[in-house]
Amino acid sequence: MSFLNSSFTYRKIVDRGMAVVCAICFIAAFIPLVSVLWLVISKGAAGLSWAFFTELPRPVGEEGGGIGNALVGTLYMVGLACIIGLPLGVGAGVYLAEKGDGTIGNTVRFMAEVLSGVPSIVIGIVAYALVVIPMGHFSAWAGAVALAILMIPTLARATEELVRLVPGSLREASLALGVPNWKTSLRVIIRTAMGGIVTACLLAVARAAGETAPLLFTALNNQYWNINPSAPTASLTVAIFNYAISPYDDWHAKAWTASLVLLIVVGLLNIASRFLTRSRLKGAR
Amino acid sequence: MTPAGPAQSMNQEKPAPPPPTVAAPQAPLAPGADTPLKVEVHDLNVYFRANHAIRHVSLGVNPQTVLAVIGPSGCGKSTFIRALNRMHDLVPGARVEGKVFVDGKDLYARGIDPVLLRRRVGMVFQRPNPFPTMSIFENVAAGLTLNGMGGNHQEIVERVLRQAALWDEVKDRLKHAGTSLSGGQQQRLCIARALAVEPEVLLMDEPASALDPIATAKIEELIHELKEKYTIIIVTHSMQQAARVSDNTAFFYLGELIEIGPTAQIFTNPRERRTEDYVTGKFG
Repeated sequence: MSFLNSSFTYRKIVDRGMAVVCAICFIAAFIPLVSVLWLVISKGAAGLSWAFFTELPRPVGEEGGGIGNALVGTLYMVGLACIIGLPLGVGAGVYLAEKGDGTIGNTVRFMAEVLSGVPSIVIGIVAYALVVIPMGHFSAWAGAVALAILMIPTLARATEELVRLVPGSLREASLALGVPNWKTSLRVIIRTAMGGIVTACLLAVARAAGETAPLLFTALNNQYWNINPSAPTASLTVAIFNYAISPYDDWHAKAWTASLVLLIVVGLLNIASRFLTRSRLKGAR
Repeated sequence: MTPAGPAQSMNQEKPAPPPPTVAAPQAPLAPGADTPLKVEVHDLNVYFRANHAIRHVSLGVNPQTVLAVIGPSGCGKSTFIRALNRMHDLVPGARVEGKVFVDGKDLYARGIDPVLLRRRVGMVFQRPNPFPTMSIFENVAAGLTLNGMGGNHQEIVERVLRQAALWDEVKDRLKHAGTSLSGGQQQRLCIARALAVEPEVLLMDEPASALDPIATAKIEELIHELKEKYTIIIVTHSMQQAARVSDNTAFFYLGELIEIGPTAQIFTNPRERRTEDYVTGKFG
């Protein structure tokens, strides 16, 4: 009896101990996250104003001004990158999941894996060589191409995993109803995985919106409003970079505020992904 | 094959009686002289790469009857009925040899479109598998909408849900998720979904094995009613279930058809020793 009791006590102690270890790990992981948020909000919130979102940057020494052009530029270039990257990334992922068991599939999968590990600055250089040099100047196109190249491999792998997660029994159910194979893929398999794919897309978009390196020598920067895809374009990340490395206190404050705006944009995308992927059906699990 | 396409030609009279390639182990279930067999299997072999999973199976099923397929785990019951609507087509490495006639047409003949075939030979699976993104209504109508079939979907959905004895339980929540139902209800939903495309033959792969006794009883009751319109082949682990629902029973062992006959005879007076050992519980 005493043996049973002691083993029970021992288990209880180990259980408590492990719970404490997990809690400490959680807190340790949480500290940087909270401190980043706290730092950005505390330093950046003061500069938030309507003008900051809507006005052009002003020269050094002049009060006020905003990063309206950079905000628009980021959304614009990320939008262009989506037009290029989302269909290619999702399409490649669906192919890998549905037909990717042969040599071609393995090659594509391997390439995607390698590509997703390439540092973003390298992708920026590639886009520079592919788009900027032939065009002869920096442009939103070049920036968008760099961001798209960045999005495609991660999106392809995520989509593949999500499509593979759909139980094979659903495919069988659909085929047994006499539904052709391609329609089964499109209307049953991909539709079932769609919630996850939308999330993956939004996360890829959020990641692209936060990239600086690929934009530095592709889209460069622009002091003015621009929606011409062939012209250099401002972006939030490059604006943060330029403000932060400047020697002026006013610009440093602007860098913090621009960082906060970027966090808000990325946060909104994450919230949107939750919202969009909620099932429209009652009682869905 | 006629150039008219598989759908039409499958409805025509069979051109000539299929030559039995090997003698059936037992004569196909005493078909009446004038009632042609609904399903006729001749020397069916299924291979998964080198594994010979189904060996020389020949049997026949009369229209509007229930055939139960019994046998120990791994004896090829599921493999056998999946061959009857060409579900093996998509399994890499699977190969089917032999002939399967439905209304005198060979499913494995060249030019038969498995897609059209599967609309005539419906299937219900072991685990309920409603489409998770679809409501109850959409699930039942899935075969109709995905295949672009016309007709009044409202009417068809109500009819098949009634046939599946589910209508009263779900009529007020047709827009709820199909997966919000209980396991037994989901399985009846899947039966309704299979019935909506109006198959003639219904294959059921252990349809009640994941269900509790009450839900099982409902499914069995349903099989009795469906028999009036459909020809049913049901795989089951439960010999009691086979005895309750079927007219004829086929006993499989190690990929071979050991014995087929009227259910009462298989359970009370089997010809084969192995059948007797299995149904009396000496192995299984």
